[in-house]
Amino acid sequence: MKDKALAASKMRKIIARTVVYLFAFTVAITAFYPFYVMIISATHDNYNIVAKINLLPGKQLAANYARLTQNIELYRGIFNSVVLAVAVTVVQNYFTTMAAYAFSKFHFKGRNALFGVVMVAMMLPGQLGIIGFYKEVQSMNLLNSYFTLIVPTIANCFAVFFYKQYLDGALPNELLEAAIVDGCKELRIFHKIVLPLMIPALVTQGVMTFIGTWNSYLTPLIILNDKKKLTLPLMIATVRDATHADYGAQYVGMLVSVIPMVIVFCFTSKIIMEKISIGAAVKG
Amino acid sequence: MHNKKTRDSYKISEIKWIKYTKKLNYGLKEGGANVNSKKRSKYAYLYIAPFFIVFLVFSLFPILYSFVLSFCDMDALSGRLSYIGLRNYQRMIESGYFFQSIGNTVLIWIMSIIPQLTIAFILALILSNKWFRGRFLLRNIYYFPNLVTPVTIGLLFGAMFSYPGGAINNIISALGLEAVDFQNNQMLARVVIAIAICWKNFGFNIIYFTAGINSISEDVLEAAQVDGASNWQKTTKITLPLMRPILIYVLVTSIIGGLQIFDESHLVFKSVPGDATVTMVKYLYDSAFMRFQFGYAAAVAYGIFVIIAIASLFSLLVTREKKDDYGKKKVGKGES
Repeated sequence: MKDKALAASKMRKIIARTVVYLFAFTVAITAFYPFYVMIISATHDNYNIVAKINLLPGKQLAANYARLTQNIELYRGIFNSVVLAVAVTVVQNYFTTMAAYAFSKFHFKGRNALFGVVMVAMMLPGQLGIIGFYKEVQSMNLLNSYFTLIVPTIANCFAVFFYKQYLDGALPNELLEAAIVDGCKELRIFHKIVLPLMIPALVTQGVMTFIGTWNSYLTPLIILNDKKKLTLPLMIATVRDATHADYGAQYVGMLVSVIPMVIVFCFTSKIIMEKISIGAAVKG
Repeated sequence: MHNKKTRDSYKISEIKWIKYTKKLNYGLKEGGANVNSKKRSKYAYLYIAPFFIVFLVFSLFPILYSFVLSFCDMDALSGRLSYIGLRNYQRMIESGYFFQSIGNTVLIWIMSIIPQLTIAFILALILSNKWFRGRFLLRNIYYFPNLVTPVTIGLLFGAMFSYPGGAINNIISALGLEAVDFQNNQMLARVVIAIAICWKNFGFNIIYFTAGINSISEDVLEAAQVDGASNWQKTTKITLPLMRPILIYVLVTSIIGGLQIFDESHLVFKSVPGDATVTMVKYLYDSAFMRFQFGYAAAVAYGIFVIIAIASLFSLLVTREKKDDYGKKKVGKGES
């Protein structure tokens, strides 16, 4: 009797687990399907893409790629995007760290009021000032310039807040006192003590800044229109207009735009997962 | 989504801050190296200067300038401004296009958020099982779409759901059914955009929920096991109730992000009959950069702001209320 009940419950367990695995893998396959379509379609000619379901790779990748690069300068787009993303990551995180350091470790008049401003500004939706921003930049003759895409990103209130939180916990006053006693100059303290201590936070936030900049669309779209300055996403977006119904070339363009993110993800997946999990822990 | 999180942790940081100042005022020896000497505090202004100068010039000024512009009519060619009072706002309310874009946005948001959170939550439950093999690989597969450039997502889904030769229609035809013209059907076009957004975000929520599930105390689950609870009972009687606040929280706060959908609306389909997929931000973009009505667009920006402010207020109220139901919210908050 007992054995029978045990066997039945074991059976139930196996069935339940099979169902669970089946569901998980079905979702995974569905989630991967668009990538699969993209990769496979990039290797077929337009007739095959439109006319039938393609499961195996074809031989048209080189031809599609050639047609794509006829219309756009792909390498220039990749180069522009890398330059922009690296510049924004460095500039934004350097200056927001500076501000966070001041908020965390200094007493000064207006400190709380100014930090209050940061907190309020963090909650404003990004599109609120976009028309004013465009018109302002236009009248300053800064349209079509990378300056406009790099410098304004310093005003990232969330980064200031994030770094301040981190510094409150990670940088003991004793360390600063010791440096002051030893006669260390202010900026030297910042560069030699504060920044190195902040490396874990800088890496996490920096990865997010890099990915965010790489993927950003609306601001570059309204600021840049010089063909030579377009970022990769903007170039990819023009592929559809430039190639009409040339799906083969379009799919190759998409594929090229995904590859850098695959590389980034390989190196930073752990950091990204941790960053999201921290968010959940704070909220829970 | 970030807003609320930061608001809460700010409270925590305030408490920390009070403790910290107390320590400073009473803890430091006199005459020694005072971190907060007056002489040093002047450097603080130098440190915050770059941030605040950029903030004033490129964040605050544009917001105020937009406000001024919203009361003006701007000549598209000469850029000359003429004050027209509330007429932009009047037009926004009377034309109906703005309200239609609100409706579109909310509809797309609902159609993407419900499957997104349901699937994400089920998968988070599955992946948090210790016996489940391959969870790291699967988690990465689920999450990766979140990193794909929105432009690529837009073009990819546009191409996959194109008519008649898109990948999806090829499957539909192979099943012997008639190909569907997604782009020219208002509701289906919205559904496609919702699917694209869902595909992009569900992996993010899985990781988020998994972190929440993992933070449930082992003791509680062990106690249940000792009392003879089955896995199913543990899930439904312990994990689910404990996760409910997080679920409601994510759902409610995602309204704020959902109201700002632009990329997918702008990119998946070029034009849909009746502007059925034009979201609020897309409407703002079109008004300014397609029709060059900058004054009107500025008014729309403030209209969007009001809607988002109402949604934020609403989400604040709902999440507050829910926490009170549980009674123990303070303890939970403080610990996490």
